[in-house]
Amino acid sequence: MSARLINKIAMLILWLTGFFIIALLCVFLGYILYKGVPVLSVHFIFGKSSDILAGGGVGAQLFNSFYMLFLSLLISVPVALGAGIYLAEYARNNVVTKIIRLSTESLATVPSIVLGLFGMIVFVNMAGLGFSILSGTFTLVLLNLPLLVRVTEESIKLVPQAYREASLAIGATKWQTIYKVVLPSALAGIITGIILTAGRALGETAILIFTAGTTVSRYMFDTDVMAAGETLAVHLWYLMSVGLVPDRGLIADGIGALLIIMILLFNLVLTIPLRIIQKRMGIIK
Amino acid sequence: MEKDFNHQRKLIYDRYVRYLFIACAALMTIIIFSIIFFVGKQGLMTFHDVSPIEFFLTDKWNPSINKYGALSFILGSVAVTMLAIVIGTPLGLLGAVFMSKIAPRKLRNIMRPAVDLYVAIPSVVYGYIGLTVLIPLVRNLFDVNMGYGIFVTAVILSVMILPTIISISEDALDGVPKPLEEASLALGATYWQTLYKVVVPAAAPGILTAVVLAMARAVGETMAVQMVIGNTPLLPKSLFTPTATLTSDIVIEMGNTPFGSPWGNALFLMALVLLVVSLLMILLIKRISARRYA
Repeated sequence: MSARLINKIAMLILWLTGFFIIALLCVFLGYILYKGVPVLSVHFIFGKSSDILAGGGVGAQLFNSFYMLFLSLLISVPVALGAGIYLAEYARNNVVTKIIRLSTESLATVPSIVLGLFGMIVFVNMAGLGFSILSGTFTLVLLNLPLLVRVTEESIKLVPQAYREASLAIGATKWQTIYKVVLPSALAGIITGIILTAGRALGETAILIFTAGTTVSRYMFDTDVMAAGETLAVHLWYLMSVGLVPDRGLIADGIGALLIIMILLFNLVLTIPLRIIQKRMGIIK
Repeated sequence: MEKDFNHQRKLIYDRYVRYLFIACAALMTIIIFSIIFFVGKQGLMTFHDVSPIEFFLTDKWNPSINKYGALSFILGSVAVTMLAIVIGTPLGLLGAVFMSKIAPRKLRNIMRPAVDLYVAIPSVVYGYIGLTVLIPLVRNLFDVNMGYGIFVTAVILSVMILPTIISISEDALDGVPKPLEEASLALGATYWQTLYKVVVPAAAPGILTAVVLAMARAVGETMAVQMVIGNTPLLPKSLFTPTATLTSDIVIEMGNTPFGSPWGNALFLMALVLLVVSLLMILLIKRISARRYA
């Protein structure tokens, strides 16, 4: 075979791979939405789940998912901002910085089931919080932190050096420069990162089974942080592996569609305006 | 005078927020060490009751008669990870080459968010698709009884690791200096020869990093694996017989084990194995990236 023919075949294969990757995603998302969207109704989305009978909803689980996500971001965002600012603005190239960077990267690769078991030892048993929304929240913080630190650091590093120099040159302190010049410029990037992290945390399961538990409070929309906190994703897993309700296939289809709709919302709808802002500001190309 | 006082206060703020930031950053280190400490302590307690040889080298897992041989789980994890890498790496690498070097700008702008969406899909949803679509398909296609097992798990995992391989390899390929490419083309090489013999080898350290990170993700993946592996603590006879992995068995059994019992501790030891493996992979990546020059 001539080199030119091989070249043609190779190009064809590369194009096919590219289209395969997009097509696979479309089939995947399309299938879940096709199966699940007909199940969605007001009763399903906001109704109470049932242990034995058919026709249960997922209202409490949906509430728990967002409630825990919100609480965990409340803790992890400030800490991650601090750590990200330190790594981007203050850190010198020394041993301490290397250790902190290595820790953050390690934390990002720790399997989520291991984080879940850590949460079970420390929050559920040692701190005596039991299987509760609070235990789940604290464990979720561990998952969010490394991702948030990384996006904060990257967003801050994208801010042009000249901005800082201009601010320092007119006599601002370093903190004033960070607070009034660097952070506002990096804000769109940081918020995008927070939204993407939130989307990830929303679908997380392994970390929550042994910390937030697989049951929900008897009361709907219970904001008590000591109540059990089964989330949507956990409920999907629980139904398929131990569930007893006769219509579990249908409910699982519905949860799948709900999760995918929320992911699409988080990843596309909410982040696109932020990317446009970043482009206008000249932060990203 | 008043102005001067204000200035002093600003300087003090400036100093203290710095300490606050250092504290936040140091928290990362504290967290990772406490994870190692607590999971390690709980896991290593297993060795009061079970010898390391029994745990790592035998495959008899029967907690009701105090047999804690985890070999079948360890081999299960290794097998699904390796097979997922074998399927996922070529696909991901071709995709990365396409995105980085061939795709027109517009197509590229569509593919980037598409790849991110692969990451965002929850792992239970991957597992659910495996359970409801792939397993019946495999049953019909290969004429096997159950369909649960290493093959279906590896296929699902290979899709799940695709975004890791694509995005990191793509960064590495983007980083290859243009003159290398131009020199090769100027010598009369076809574009494919240039990609195959110049561009991809130049990006090799980055691609290797991508593969190692993908392995870390595959080893630690829990929910999707648990839903399609079959959950039987036996060495698999074929790619289509039910077996178990470290992660899937922890999820299945942790719920009904008393905290602190030898059984529970053995599960924590399995988590410790996963933790050590993922930490070793991070160190390996550090070694790889220290050598890259592209």
